[in-house]
Amino acid sequence: MKGLLKFLTCGSVDDGKSTLIGHMLYDAKLLFADQEKALELDSKVGSRGGEIDYSLLLDGLMAEREQGITIDVAYRYFTSDNRSFIVADTPGHEEYTRNMAVGASFADLAVILVDATKGVIAQTKRHARICSLMGINHIVLAVNKMDLVDYDEARFNEIKQEFEQFTYNFNLESIQVIPVSATAGDNVTKLSENTPWYDGKPLLQYLEDIDVTDQMDEAAFTLPVQRVSRPSHQFRGFQGQVESGQINVGDEVITLPSKEKANVKSLLVSDQESGEAGIGQAVTVQLDREVDVSRGDVLTTNEELNVADKFTTTLLWMDGDELVEGRNYLVKLGTKTLPGTVMKIKHKIDINTGDDVPADKVYKNELVVCDIALSEKAVFDKFENNEALGGFILIDRVSNMTSAAGVVNHALRRSSNVVWQDTDITRPIRSQQKGQQPLTLWFTGLSGSGKSTLANEVEKRLVAHGHHTMLLDGDNVRHGLNQNLGFKEADRVENIRRIAEVSKLMNDAGLITLSSFISPYEGDRQNARDIIGESFIEIYVSTPLEVCEERDVKGLYQKARDGEIPNFTGVTSPYEAPQNPDIEVDTSQMSLDEATDYIVKQIQQQLA
Amino acid sequence: MKELTHLDQLEAEAIYIIREVAAECENPVMLYSIGKDSSVMLHLAMKAFYPEKPPFPLLHVNTTWKFKEMIDFRDRKAKELGIEMFEHINQEGVEKGINPFDHGASYTDVMKTQALKQALDKHGFDAVFGGGRRDEEKSRAKERVFSFRNENHAWDPKNQKPEMWKLYNTHINKGESMRVFPLSNWTEKDIWQYIRRENIEIVPLYFAKERPVVERDGNIVMVDDDRMSIGEDEKVEHKKVRFRTLGCYPLTGGVESEADTLDEIIEETLGAVSSERTSRVIDQEAAGSMERRKREGYF
Repeated sequence: MKGLLKFLTCGSVDDGKSTLIGHMLYDAKLLFADQEKALELDSKVGSRGGEIDYSLLLDGLMAEREQGITIDVAYRYFTSDNRSFIVADTPGHEEYTRNMAVGASFADLAVILVDATKGVIAQTKRHARICSLMGINHIVLAVNKMDLVDYDEARFNEIKQEFEQFTYNFNLESIQVIPVSATAGDNVTKLSENTPWYDGKPLLQYLEDIDVTDQMDEAAFTLPVQRVSRPSHQFRGFQGQVESGQINVGDEVITLPSKEKANVKSLLVSDQESGEAGIGQAVTVQLDREVDVSRGDVLTTNEELNVADKFTTTLLWMDGDELVEGRNYLVKLGTKTLPGTVMKIKHKIDINTGDDVPADKVYKNELVVCDIALSEKAVFDKFENNEALGGFILIDRVSNMTSAAGVVNHALRRSSNVVWQDTDITRPIRSQQKGQQPLTLWFTGLSGSGKSTLANEVEKRLVAHGHHTMLLDGDNVRHGLNQNLGFKEADRVENIRRIAEVSKLMNDAGLITLSSFISPYEGDRQNARDIIGESFIEIYVSTPLEVCEERDVKGLYQKARDGEIPNFTGVTSPYEAPQNPDIEVDTSQMSLDEATDYIVKQIQQQLA
Repeated sequence: MKELTHLDQLEAEAIYIIREVAAECENPVMLYSIGKDSSVMLHLAMKAFYPEKPPFPLLHVNTTWKFKEMIDFRDRKAKELGIEMFEHINQEGVEKGINPFDHGASYTDVMKTQALKQALDKHGFDAVFGGGRRDEEKSRAKERVFSFRNENHAWDPKNQKPEMWKLYNTHINKGESMRVFPLSNWTEKDIWQYIRRENIEIVPLYFAKERPVVERDGNIVMVDDDRMSIGEDEKVEHKKVRFRTLGCYPLTGGVESEADTLDEIIEETLGAVSSERTSRVIDQEAAGSMERRKREGYF
């Protein structure tokens, strides 16, 4: 008995997907909960003048199962005498590409259907491309409705050739093209007399026999660490699933990124002591000496594995919000989760043709090639070498949505060549000399809320107390550092990124930075917080809109209301108020002096 | 290395999922319903962390109408394994005298669904393991392994986060929580075969034994305690019965059976229909309507 085969089916409904799977289950007697149900179904399928409509078998179940959720991947389970199968039945429509990708990322093999009368269409190519991107190395192309083209070998070969040409660059390990008729049952569970020229196996037998195990067991050993288990002083086990290769007790492994060497002292495969462990097994590894390893690190025998902080990737964008350059996300790669920034959008890939398309924004269900910079060095590999260390997701830091699925194409060499230059005079030394803790006081709030006035007052107070400060103001920065930036989204993100980096440099110099920017989006402020780190203090100047508008110091609200300024925060574009600001002041409720006192009092402790 | 069997693969997948939750979530809990799926899930949790104990407690939502044998089994297991077991009972429901005989559907809602929500809110759990399988229930066929619930514990099936490879996204907003189903890809058959392979102890009610029962509305109901009133036209008989699913005794129908070994149960459960030895696998009904109702109530 072979191991589990996880496969997905794709192709449009018209291509006969339900009929094909229904016929396969029916012929192989793999269906039917009980005889009652069998009879009920028999009476249904028998009602068309003796012609059996096999799609009713599956659609009948589907209608029950789906309960109005027709857009998502559904999982079905069956077992033949030789193998257990899980089928991910995926939606065909372009709009649900991301759900199709979910099924593809789950499966080891794809059965793609084409209609012999129509041949390879755009959708066939889209599905094949997504399958390949998600790591599927085995494709079955079922050329359906062969009965409608009189089982014409030439027509079959034409489709076969076109598909094989299209997938030539896909790095597939196997590709099998099978002529079938889902309604008539040709080559579904048994070879058909109508296609004597076909020398392969029928579909079910092909699925039963195929070996989809990656050649990964011959590759170097890799174990991304899920968890460190420390039940007692005597036991320190690294837990995870072996992603490639195998390991024996006594073998030497390298820990990454710490690059230490140690030997395997003991191995548990689930809860059993074992002398060896291999790919796919859940293990707990004890090493013979203390090493610096925590969740997200990797135990391996491969010294060449990348430890770097930049890579080029192909992403499937899955979020309703578009992707723009400079945006910061959480990257989950292997068992490691860390912040990362989309640095450079190179181009999109036309999902149907495969052509490169220039772009600066990316929308849902689009493929894009871009560079990602991680906040620190991490262990990764090319996806084609190791799916577990080359596949990742991007998580939106505010909505927590899984925004993209990506595959690492290659590490960027620069990441190993551009290194941090260690200097002798460090931030603690510089701040000690000034007798203060460097902080960034980030003032956010509507235009006219009193941010700049307040920042100015707070700075004066700090200087009077002998502190060393620097004030960065939104308007002023746009005259210099950021004069090349406009107001569209990508520019706005970059504006805040630069200011955050400058604030951080000022902190490194030992200074207290006061940064006063509307910064209306939670995501941008989160980005600033990530860059600046622990020194970041968010001060929300929460003066209500009506008060700000009444003040209208610069006459901007009037202009915005008159339609002269597009995208004006509070009027024509939103202000996302901070959920948990460190400090909140409302200048319509407090005098300038009171607000200044309050802020200085709040930061007193951090200053010391 | 020899190729892993499909049970090996399912086991490794479930352990991976359980460890991810332990590593990434702040306050996880494992729902324990005392049934066979829960027994398998608990067994996997013990394996996942060995030689450590699972770093999370178990939670049993008690309707107060469970079979006595279930409660005995639960308490003995928790003690044996040395795992903390929370029990939650909806006291409000108990005070109002909500019971399965008089209150039907609202009984399920109050004593199961509401009780579960109370327990989760009380302890502030952010991730809740459940023993649900995709093959057992219609809506579950499309549910993710990590399934999100809003602050009202509701599932939005039309807006599920994409779940790619095994990169589970465990990040949630304040007030939200996750249901996590490590047995998502197991079938009923896998569960029974795994119980046999691993020699997992299950509640004796699954095995045929002579028990006091009455016939009621076509079901064989066990008289588990004296809270059950016997109608004038009903007669308590002693029959050799077993239970395919376990829940509240007044709502759980037994079947007459001679199967008192695991092999016989597996034979009866999986081979019952097919005399000609066809593998019968997409098996909607096997889980039984009671268990399904329970799941719907629970999740």
